[in-house]
Amino acid sequence: MRPAPTFDLGKLNGGLRLPGEKANSTAMGIQVVPVPAQLVLPLTQHSGNAAQPVVGIGEKVLKGQLIADADGALSAPVHASSSGKVVAIEQWPVSRRHGDPAPCIIIECDGRDEAIGLAEPVIPYESLPLESLLQKILQGGIVGLGGAVFPTAQKLMQANTLPLESLLLNGVECEPYISCDDMLMREQAADVVKGAQILMYALGIQKCYIAIESDKPEALQKMADALTALNDSRMVVKMVPTIYPSGGEDQLVQLVTNKEVPSGGLPTDVGCLVQNVGTAAAVYRWICEGEPLISRVTTVTGDGIVSPMNVLARLGTPVAEIVAFAGGYTDRAKQLIIGGPMMGKSVTTDRVPLVKATNCILVMSHLAPPLDERPCIRCGECAVVCPVVLQPQELYWFACADDEVKLREHGLIDCIECGCCDLVCPSHIPLMASFRQAKARIRELADEKARAERARLRFEARTLRREIEEQKREDELAQQKRAAITAGPKEIQEMVERARRGKPPLERTEKGPD
Amino acid sequence: MEFERREAPYVRPPTSVGGMMREVLFALIPAALAYVWFFGAGFILNLLVAALFCAAGEAFMTHLRGRPPEEALSDFTAMVTAALIAFSMPALCPWWVTATASLFAIVVAKHLYGGMGYNIFNPAMAGYVVALVSFPMYMNFWTAPRIGDIDYHYLDFYETARYTLTGSLPEYLSFDAISRATPLDTVKTGLKSMLTFDEMYSNPLMGDFGGRGWEWIGNFTAIGGAWLLLRKIIRWHIPVAVLAGLLVPSGFMYFLDTGAHASPGFYLFSGGTILCAFFIATDPVTAATSPRGRLVYGFGIGFLIYAIRRWGSYADGVAFAVLLMNMARPAIDYLTRPRIVGHAKNEAR
Amino acid sequence: MWTSILIAVATITGIALASGLLLGFASRRLPPRTDSLVDQVNELLPQLQCAQCGYAGCRPYAAAIVDDDADINLCPPGGHDTVRRLAALLDREPLPLADAASSVSMSSLAIIDESLCIGCGWCREVCPVDAITGAHHYMHTVIARECTGCELCVTRCPVDCIGMVAAR
Repeated sequence: MRPAPTFDLGKLNGGLRLPGEKANSTAMGIQVVPVPAQLVLPLTQHSGNAAQPVVGIGEKVLKGQLIADADGALSAPVHASSSGKVVAIEQWPVSRRHGDPAPCIIIECDGRDEAIGLAEPVIPYESLPLESLLQKILQGGIVGLGGAVFPTAQKLMQANTLPLESLLLNGVECEPYISCDDMLMREQAADVVKGAQILMYALGIQKCYIAIESDKPEALQKMADALTALNDSRMVVKMVPTIYPSGGEDQLVQLVTNKEVPSGGLPTDVGCLVQNVGTAAAVYRWICEGEPLISRVTTVTGDGIVSPMNVLARLGTPVAEIVAFAGGYTDRAKQLIIGGPMMGKSVTTDRVPLVKATNCILVMSHLAPPLDERPCIRCGECAVVCPVVLQPQELYWFACADDEVKLREHGLIDCIECGCCDLVCPSHIPLMASFRQAKARIRELADEKARAERARLRFEARTLRREIEEQKREDELAQQKRAAITAGPKEIQEMVERARRGKPPLERTEKGPD
Repeated sequence: MEFERREAPYVRPPTSVGGMMREVLFALIPAALAYVWFFGAGFILNLLVAALFCAAGEAFMTHLRGRPPEEALSDFTAMVTAALIAFSMPALCPWWVTATASLFAIVVAKHLYGGMGYNIFNPAMAGYVVALVSFPMYMNFWTAPRIGDIDYHYLDFYETARYTLTGSLPEYLSFDAISRATPLDTVKTGLKSMLTFDEMYSNPLMGDFGGRGWEWIGNFTAIGGAWLLLRKIIRWHIPVAVLAGLLVPSGFMYFLDTGAHASPGFYLFSGGTILCAFFIATDPVTAATSPRGRLVYGFGIGFLIYAIRRWGSYADGVAFAVLLMNMARPAIDYLTRPRIVGHAKNEAR
Repeated sequence: MWTSILIAVATITGIALASGLLLGFASRRLPPRTDSLVDQVNELLPQLQCAQCGYAGCRPYAAAIVDDDADINLCPPGGHDTVRRLAALLDREPLPLADAASSVSMSSLAIIDESLCIGCGWCREVCPVDAITGAHHYMHTVIARECTGCELCVTRCPVDCIGMVAAR
């Protein structure tokens, strides 16, 4: 089966054609990194609340054992990537915080790599009620492996409430250097498509598009072959043009289904569920083979690496060991980036562990150049390349002026932080950094405004309450006066008796002095 | 191993303002060669004077503002302004006229309005207009192009240099003897004197489609403009819109009454039209930014150029047209914002 | 000569009169904003209800501003931003803050020391947003989410059991 041609796709605005830089890392197959001596597993490898440890220091754990459980509505569990002993639960540098420390569970591996026995035999997922299937996916620690690491089970549960037309498998991988999804599709295409079937079953979706960029001919072929073997006519491979950032969720939806995701909304609002190909494969391995998310494919590449390649490594393996496995650093290694050159995180130390979000370990041979920002010349190139059709030059003026109203009007919250505008700016203005800061400021201001509004309403409610109480008091006083005036001798006697006994004529709540 | 932390993206942008402006200067070389061929070395001298005073003005103003002058000069924007001023001056022009234009352009129109990126008005055009109204005699002193078949004394290099330095012609020549009307001048005065176009075109200075000499300068400028488009230094919207804005009304009027109007082709290739369309109106700082906005902006300039040439008192309306549309630019930008993906059309702003 | 002067003066006067009439008509007949001016001013104030301006809450201060009884620079938690916005709204001069040293702000939180609280209820009465809860002679406590940091309860407490902490 040949992949579908591109002429029936929607249009992506703007974007850039970037050099792929993927040839080096795709020359060999995926290499398996041996289990390291020590595994460092952060408690937060996903969006949402940190997982809570369920093991103690000194406890022996087995591969695949739950070591931290999901906490709250948006969270995901963490599993041990190999067998060993928990030696510490402490702060350790993590890539999510650019090398700053965060709580981690440290496991000293015993070398036996003994897997935990399954509590129950793996049963076909079709026989599970849908509720339980989604719960089971949660228990596997599966999160979006494309980079956003949103807990997959919660994503599916949220999507379950909406009518869904199609599942979009994101095999686009548009950022330069990153090739892990490419290699995954070449070598494990069957896992990917079977995982997609599970997702379709879980949400009752009848159509699946597998989007792959045109610069990945082997992946296109292998995925097409896998679909032929599976013989599922609901699924089809779609080749998309190689433009950055067509792999962004909203951009992919627009490209493949020609529908725009509404501002502030999600792809599920237009009937699409988007999942990374790696996530689909992980779902398959957990549901059908009982292996929770304990390893992933990562690209190790860049001019600073001796032998660029793609590796399959256990979560928790320190990046330094993975780099050593790939031949070590060249003498030109200057910058360590977890992720790609456009949206990745610059990290200060290679002690950080491989986590669920680590799709690429990029060591570049030059530091990003020092700031040589010039005034904006309003050339408008940034607006030409923006995939969301924003006007970055206007947003920049407003961000410098801290003009929250104008920033909102001009759609700052719709910025996907792809960095295309930065790359074409002749004045070398750090646009993406300014927009990130401006977004944080807008969130702050929105919070402040919400609190001010609540305070205002409570103040007005209290003012009203006091007025009512005041009115009530006056009414009572007036009533007493009337009672005193119209009282007969018997009532007056009673009032005098009560006064003598020390009780006031009528019960009143005590209040402080005004 | 430890590393430094940096901000994304981690790739250096390949373009720079200095690089863009250098390309613009290269693209002006064909036009400059044609100009020198037809009108002599005076252009080179004007260029030198303009470059000198633009650079001096830029260095002085950035120094006043506490910045190193190299920073401002290295982006070559002052040199582009100087080149455009030199193209706008008559070939024979005393140095103080060019100097006034250059200094006003850089010091007032550019730096006093906020400096690079903040000025509202196109500096070269503002400088030209100041010179035009301050030195009407010198600014209207146009000479004949070198076309070889008229009885005309062309000044040699020494005489040109002497005029540029001192403003005085050789004793045996008078201003009237050398000065010739430009093709646009010819058409304007001809229409006032109720001449027909056949009578006007019989003047040996009127060329095939834009005036002798001028039409070739227009062609060579267009080569430079095409180069800029190919290199993506400018985008097609403004040049196409300027030319359309000029061609549409002039074509319409020509169609209505052929005898009473010059042909659209004439307007296209005479004066500074092509230079304006590709080099002056496309100045990024003072032009609109959205695609629709650029079409509106360019069309406005073209239309105003036609209006001023046809009904205004100046022979060539390029400078005024550009300055007027500069004023309208913020409104144009505001009204032509494109729809953001994911937002409804005509959403309340 | 006099004729031409008269004509010029008459023309300009005519244009001025016509413009004035047009503008007056527009300002009267075209619909104004539906929010009252007091509401608009109140929108710009930070709603701490701290009474640092000398008025018993933000709305009374807004009313005083609109009545021209109060200057626009009396609100320390609003800061210079609020002064500027009020100046823009009301077309008045932005003045420097009258009391720039005040530390009252939404980012602080009142905390009652429960070992000292006697349950008198005076703090509960004075809180402008009813953020303190507690029955008479029983423990009182601050509802952290609703506290605006206005510090009115701190001075009110007769046993000095309330302190301010930086919360957010």
